[in-house]
Amino acid sequence: MNKSPLSRRNFLNIGMGIIGGSALLSGKSLAQKHKKGVILNPGMGHQNGTTMHNSAKQSVSYKDGEMNPMKYLTTFDYGKVRRLPNGGIQREYTIIAQDKEIEVAPGVIYPAWTYNGYVPGPTLRCTEGDRLKINFINAAHMAHTIHFHGIHPANMDGVFEIVPTGGSFTYEFTADPFGLFLYHCHVMPVKKHVEKGLYGAFIVDSRTPRPPAKELIMVINGFDTDFDGENEFYTVNGFANCYAENPINIKVGELVRIYLVNMTEFDFVNSFHLHGNMFRLYRTGTNLSEYEITDTVMLCQGERCVIEFSYKYPGMYMFHAHQNEFAELGWMGFFNVLPAVS
Amino acid sequence: MSNKKVVENKDFVSVKNGDWLRSKFTLVITALIPIAILIGMIYWFATKGASLIETPVVPVEKLDFERIILHPEEIIAYVRNTGPTEIAIAQVTVNEALWEASIHPNNVIPRLGRATITIPFHWVEGEPYEITAITSTGLKFTDAVEIAKETPTPGWRYFGIFAMLGVYVGVIPVYLGFLWFPFLRRVSKKWMNFFLSLTAGLLIFLGVDALHEAFEVAERTPGVFQGVALITMGTLLSFLVLVIVGKRTIGSQAAQKSDLYMRLALAYMIAAGIGLHNLGEGLAIGSAYVLGEVALGAFLVIGFAIHNITEGFGIVAPVASGEKPRNIHFLILGLLAGVPAIFGTWIGGFIYSDIWATLFFAIGAGAIFQVVYEIIKLMSRESEAGIGNLTNFTGLVVGLLIMYITGLFVVI
Repeated sequence: MNKSPLSRRNFLNIGMGIIGGSALLSGKSLAQKHKKGVILNPGMGHQNGTTMHNSAKQSVSYKDGEMNPMKYLTTFDYGKVRRLPNGGIQREYTIIAQDKEIEVAPGVIYPAWTYNGYVPGPTLRCTEGDRLKINFINAAHMAHTIHFHGIHPANMDGVFEIVPTGGSFTYEFTADPFGLFLYHCHVMPVKKHVEKGLYGAFIVDSRTPRPPAKELIMVINGFDTDFDGENEFYTVNGFANCYAENPINIKVGELVRIYLVNMTEFDFVNSFHLHGNMFRLYRTGTNLSEYEITDTVMLCQGERCVIEFSYKYPGMYMFHAHQNEFAELGWMGFFNVLPAVS
Repeated sequence: MSNKKVVENKDFVSVKNGDWLRSKFTLVITALIPIAILIGMIYWFATKGASLIETPVVPVEKLDFERIILHPEEIIAYVRNTGPTEIAIAQVTVNEALWEASIHPNNVIPRLGRATITIPFHWVEGEPYEITAITSTGLKFTDAVEIAKETPTPGWRYFGIFAMLGVYVGVIPVYLGFLWFPFLRRVSKKWMNFFLSLTAGLLIFLGVDALHEAFEVAERTPGVFQGVALITMGTLLSFLVLVIVGKRTIGSQAAQKSDLYMRLALAYMIAAGIGLHNLGEGLAIGSAYVLGEVALGAFLVIGFAIHNITEGFGIVAPVASGEKPRNIHFLILGLLAGVPAIFGTWIGGFIYSDIWATLFFAIGAGAIFQVVYEIIKLMSRESEAGIGNLTNFTGLVVGLLIMYITGLFVVI
């Protein structure tokens, strides 16, 4: 979140300032004003009409220039594009592995291993047939790699070519086939390297484009902040309840497409459930015509899908894991469906 | 060596005001030098020296839940930071769901500081609840309410219920035990010593029981409060204080005091020791009641009645032989031994704390051991062999056995 190394305490203050409307920074004065002291998550849990409304209205402001869940939602990295002599397209990306303390829930700091300083890592996007060049630099204290899903030569698979601290490696392959993929570190113990945050989404578009839509990326994951082999928080795009605090605005009738990737560690499955609607489900995104219509999809670890929907009625609609435990530990959000402009 | 001696002698001989002051000054200086150096060292460490010692990357945070109470639509947890560093509570969950929580006075808790976490929650009676505080570093600290039940607030109703419990458990059994007094007065001297040994046996059992309770509770207290040290202090101090009291009353001036006076004093000391023990028992009962752990209320009361009737017996045993004390003494002795149980249930029910419970049990143990010591002394005065003859030995064993067997009826 910040370029300069920060102490835990400073970081905490920044995080608290971001989330709690500076509730914590001014914790003392707040405590003096209210008999109850410092209030965490106002309105969370005991939902009734008013508190729900309030929590939906409460907005979280993030710092400019830094990656955050709001920005992450619609950020796709298309790489540095270069036309090749044979008429093809080359896309060049740079990914730097770095250790970083990140805030995963209001006030909770997690010592993560990241690609480009944020968990999840950047969403790489290209079109099938593109020549891809991914420059990987390891600035972290452990050896790492990038293992891509999809079709590519064995020596580009990121399993055997371990990149030591200070080392680098360039992955080169042709994007094939189209669909929704992911990438993650494959150094053993893989569980640890994934759990700590080394993963991201990898979208290969079809040459025949999908219909225009409001496109969103959602990587669902968990964080084991006390290292006991169980997740304390479940998030979409790295921050608990971010879209519950900051609902995603869409319009009635607007086509919405979500690239949904499950990178949850420890728990076998995670899921996505949409309220007040049905969606078209394209498993792994490898087909443009075959889909099923549902309102809940279950994803195993590493599984992903593309979903499309549009809302018929305006209002606030929830989306969340249908494992309600995950939902109540941070994997919950809202679509704020605004009336269509007539 | 010899040289020094000469100097000392010289000092001694020429005691002038200036010299006297100088020698006092030197005395004080020699006492202060280590302290001054220590202060210097602390200052140096606090300012720059700390960098010499590497601090662990992950701070070892510790948060203790002292108590969780349930009010309608509300769960309140009292927590204390017992770790080496400041703690910031960042999130609170109830049964693994993130929840609203207000933390008073602040969610940043200094070392040994306390905070109150108030959680608006529609809890259901009889169900278990797990409250977790997640700190800024992501560590989790959890405590559970096994069976949700509204926590009694200090009102007349619970005041009355607890008082009743205390009376049943403490006061009534003690007075029932007194009813053996006429019997004890009729037994022969040999049998009297048997019953005194039996009393010693009862008391040894009670003392060990109190110590055991103390250690059990101490285990639950946060490490910084050094539960075992509290027990050592509590037991030893109460023992020694009562030894001094004993010396003043029935010790050195015993020759001038009447036999009745001495025996009565011993009875009072036994009553006081048992009273302290009953205070501890009351604490345990009161807090168990609040925690919803007293499921077998009637059974518990019956058990304690059987167990504690022996206490009354123990108190009157020393005054059974010789001149009969006035009736008023019996009334006071009973109150002294029994009424603390009522206070215990109040304290345990309303303001229970593991630290105080540890201390109460330890003080009770020390007091009881001192009383055992006095009884053995009394018996040694009366018979040559003291505890060493077969009758007295049997008495002691029977006393222990009675307590063990009646103890089987008491299950908290």
